[in-house]
Amino acid sequence: MKAPEFDYVRPDTLEDVFVLLDDETCDARLLAGGQSLIAALNFRLDAPELLIDINRIDGLSGIVEDGDNIRIGALTRHVEVENSQIVARHLPLLSKAIGNVAHAAIRNRGTFGGSLALADPAAEIPACCLAYDAIITASSSSGNRTIRAADFFHGLYETALEDHEIITAVEFKKRAPNDLVAFDEITRRHGDYAMAGLAFSAAAKGKIEDPHIVFFGISDRPIRAVEAEAILEGARLDQPAIAAAASKATEGIELSSDTSASEAMKAHLARTLLNRALTSILEEKP
Amino acid sequence: MSERLHELDRPNSYIGKSVPRPNAVHLLQGRGRFVDDKVLPRMVHAAFVRSPHAHARIRGVDADEAKTLQGVIAVFTGEDMAAAIAPWSGVLTHLAGMRSPEQPALARDITRWQGEPVVMVVAQSRAIAEDAAALIEVDFDPLPEMCDMEGALDSDAVVIHPELGNNLCWERLVETGEVNAAFSDPANTVVDRTFTFGRHTGVTLEARACIADYDQAEEALTFHYSGQSPHMMQAILAKHLGFEEENVNVIAADVGGSFGIKIHTYGDEIATAAAAKLLRRPVKFAADRFESFVSDIHARDHRVKARLALGQDGRIAALEIDDLTGIGPYSVYPRSSGIEANQVLNLTGAPYDIPAYRGRARVVFQNKNVMCQYRAVGHPIANSVMEGLMDDAARQLAIDPAELRRRNLFADDAYPVTSVTGMKFADLSHHACLGKLLDMMDYEGLKSERDALRKKGIHRGIGIVSMVEVTNPSPMFYGVGGAPISAQDGATVRLDANGAVHVSSSITEQGQGTETILAQIAASAIGVDIAKVKVTTGDTRTTPYGGGTWASRGAGIGGEAMLLASRALKSQILEAAATVLQARPEALDIEAGNIVDTGGTKPRMSLAELGKLVYYRGNELPSDVRPELIATRHFRVTDYPFVFTNGAMASYVEVDIETGMVKLLGHWVVEDCGTVINKKLVDEQIRGGVVQGIGGALYEECLYSENGQLQNATMADYLVPMAGEMPDIEIAHIETPSCTSDLGAKGAGEAGTCGAPGAVMNAVNNALEPLDASVAQHPITPERLLRALSVID
Repeated sequence: MKAPEFDYVRPDTLEDVFVLLDDETCDARLLAGGQSLIAALNFRLDAPELLIDINRIDGLSGIVEDGDNIRIGALTRHVEVENSQIVARHLPLLSKAIGNVAHAAIRNRGTFGGSLALADPAAEIPACCLAYDAIITASSSSGNRTIRAADFFHGLYETALEDHEIITAVEFKKRAPNDLVAFDEITRRHGDYAMAGLAFSAAAKGKIEDPHIVFFGISDRPIRAVEAEAILEGARLDQPAIAAAASKATEGIELSSDTSASEAMKAHLARTLLNRALTSILEEKP
Repeated sequence: MSERLHELDRPNSYIGKSVPRPNAVHLLQGRGRFVDDKVLPRMVHAAFVRSPHAHARIRGVDADEAKTLQGVIAVFTGEDMAAAIAPWSGVLTHLAGMRSPEQPALARDITRWQGEPVVMVVAQSRAIAEDAAALIEVDFDPLPEMCDMEGALDSDAVVIHPELGNNLCWERLVETGEVNAAFSDPANTVVDRTFTFGRHTGVTLEARACIADYDQAEEALTFHYSGQSPHMMQAILAKHLGFEEENVNVIAADVGGSFGIKIHTYGDEIATAAAAKLLRRPVKFAADRFESFVSDIHARDHRVKARLALGQDGRIAALEIDDLTGIGPYSVYPRSSGIEANQVLNLTGAPYDIPAYRGRARVVFQNKNVMCQYRAVGHPIANSVMEGLMDDAARQLAIDPAELRRRNLFADDAYPVTSVTGMKFADLSHHACLGKLLDMMDYEGLKSERDALRKKGIHRGIGIVSMVEVTNPSPMFYGVGGAPISAQDGATVRLDANGAVHVSSSITEQGQGTETILAQIAASAIGVDIAKVKVTTGDTRTTPYGGGTWASRGAGIGGEAMLLASRALKSQILEAAATVLQARPEALDIEAGNIVDTGGTKPRMSLAELGKLVYYRGNELPSDVRPELIATRHFRVTDYPFVFTNGAMASYVEVDIETGMVKLLGHWVVEDCGTVINKKLVDEQIRGGVVQGIGGALYEECLYSENGQLQNATMADYLVPMAGEMPDIEIAHIETPSCTSDLGAKGAGEAGTCGAPGAVMNAVNNALEPLDASVAQHPITPERLLRALSVID
């Protein structure tokens, strides 16, 4: 199919973007990497009046260390995250996950902020942001506001972002070297959206502290397995704890089936992923 | 290689060599001429409103707003097109009792599948046509759907075509030998199982496309077409649009894959031709991927109940199958949608010496997209069913699966032989292929590895199949049933003044290398450098009349015609040269573009010199030398209805019993396609076929909702097999030339697709054997596998 007609503008500054976004009479979309938006237009699933191309705006791209924090610009391409030593050193979960984002050609264009703004429930980056308690900066003509990842994802392709806002950056706390971390997903073909995926992070000081178990591809958004986290909190990582946590993996989670898997299948895969992830951590760190 | 091939077996012969494809460079440089690359003056573009319902009455079409959109040229409804296009019916007379009602190009009164074209919009651009299509309001009154083929023949089923009385398109019964006695003999072991095969489709890299260019002055139509069979389309366009056949010219330049998808009559394409005639300007239609999924023919969709009786010695006593297949609401024109079921009846058990057989096939209508012939028609079903039963029997009888096959395969010296299903086989080599396969894969070593890993909780399995494929069909396939489909093909070969050879052929190129093998044959048979051979295909005006490329017939039939024509040209050349050189023609030969003495290599005269002499300076030649250096020959298969080929295949897999994922560790193929003209092309055909077979076994499925909505009509949701998941595919050949031709080539295009699904299924089931579980539903999805293991319920 061919995209419906739209106007296109490529502003040079964020201020110009804000002016366009503030025009409530104009149905606009931000064009970053275009890896999902252009497909949606060509499928005629979306028909905005205006595309605002943000690719030429300075300062939206890049990965910087700032004390205890890492800041990833919204326009940073997945490939930059993939190749970043800073990410590899301080945000190992993200480093493990990023190669699973689609295919190389898509990672060359697709952006970090774009993935969050789209909020596909089976995408890797939103899950990692939730697992790492990322802080998302949304900017508008009225200034910046920060949104915790935990408050950001509202449902299938729905986020806390207002129509007049643009994601400009995502901040992470640097993780400790002895953090527990695991990432895994089940796809029938490499690069596909996951039938079920897991992003796991926890602090470890003898016992498990502050575990974040985030499943993606099984519900309408990336979602924390709070019941399983409660079992692990303060526990020693051993086989009984793993079995107990896995058995509660999808407790309280509203599952969504798709053409690849039923709800029962999704629940089973989630339990399997958690079991495998924790077992591999146990085997790595005796 | 056989003795009669001596002229192709000379040191400078190209036969058997992996000659690079002369057309590869132009494709790699992006200089291909696909239909969508073509722009004609005054050309306009078509888009279609397609039915969103599986079954609905069309109460009215409101296109007023669409017609006012700037750039819209015309809107055509089913009624408009019915006035311009004669309807068709996909019935073959030799499939006795087959029924299918007349099918219109665009739906009239009632639409019968989601995706059926209902309204056509023609506009200045495809985007505008799509804008207009979105503005058209069709008043649909949904009707109850008949989607599940299992219920199609129930007395209370919705009847899709009331005039037929029920939903049966065709039924065939076959019975040979003492079937009941074999199954009731207490000394025999009986295995039975029901196999199901999901719908899938071809997913060509280039979607269907055509440009219809009408010339009012000549009452002529030029049809640029992405397809396999130009002469068939010429006849169909002429017949249904009211042209004289000679005034229709069909041109198929570069074609980006077809796999049997682009060999049928599609309403949207015929409507495009009609629109060009009505509007008197060129109209282009290029299907997008959404349209492809809901309107390209689907394939498979079979449920086969099967059982096999064997004596305690492992010899097969009887086979019985009952096939049910859903084909959508119409049998597809002109090949019909009965051929796949017919092939299942003909080919199940084909490798084996079976004394008794009963088969039933029922072909039923349903409210889903139409189903028709796709690569390896019926073969993966027939093969998976038989080979699945053979592995079940091997387990039950505690006989090694390879050994069980050895005990039942026709002996390599048994030919000619007629199978229990009535197929006449010649020149097959099952034992040689199986033996080579087992050596190549190190069967015993793999078994040891599998058994050792089982003890560690790693679930690996080995699957083996023996197979027979239909290739090089005679007129008994379609022509006998009244379809305008030629089973013969022709080649014209001419020498030009500069010594170059121009050849043209009625077989066609869709990316598989047809033109390369034609050049190899001509260059070898005449004795010229392959760079001097230029090939034309895909044009009804300039090529000989013939069937095109389908059913693995290009090399075997079109190649033989090229060999015969090249020999004829060579005779003409040597006759002329003999006069000039004052020698006997038998004493001369052609070597590397030069006339030489037979057995010698010293040039006596170049072909360029001869060409210039004959064409420019005929005055120097005696008056009885005809200035004729061009020959045409045609070829059809006689004495046999088909040229069967055979092979053996194996798959090695690892099953993750917690996730249901199947990892493909290795795949081996030994194929006997007779004379191998170009090993690399044959190997890649087989690899591509294996990958499509694996697609059917593990990934591809057109998923329909209960009410007939296709759920996964995108490349993200419909899983075509990707390189990352594919195993290494090792290929070897046994060459038993076909006795039906001098070239001896049999078809090779469908072998991979035939055997791969059964091999993978058997490997998966072998891996699951210790867990007492098995699967028989294709594709074998992770969820189906886990359900078979009772991991989820």
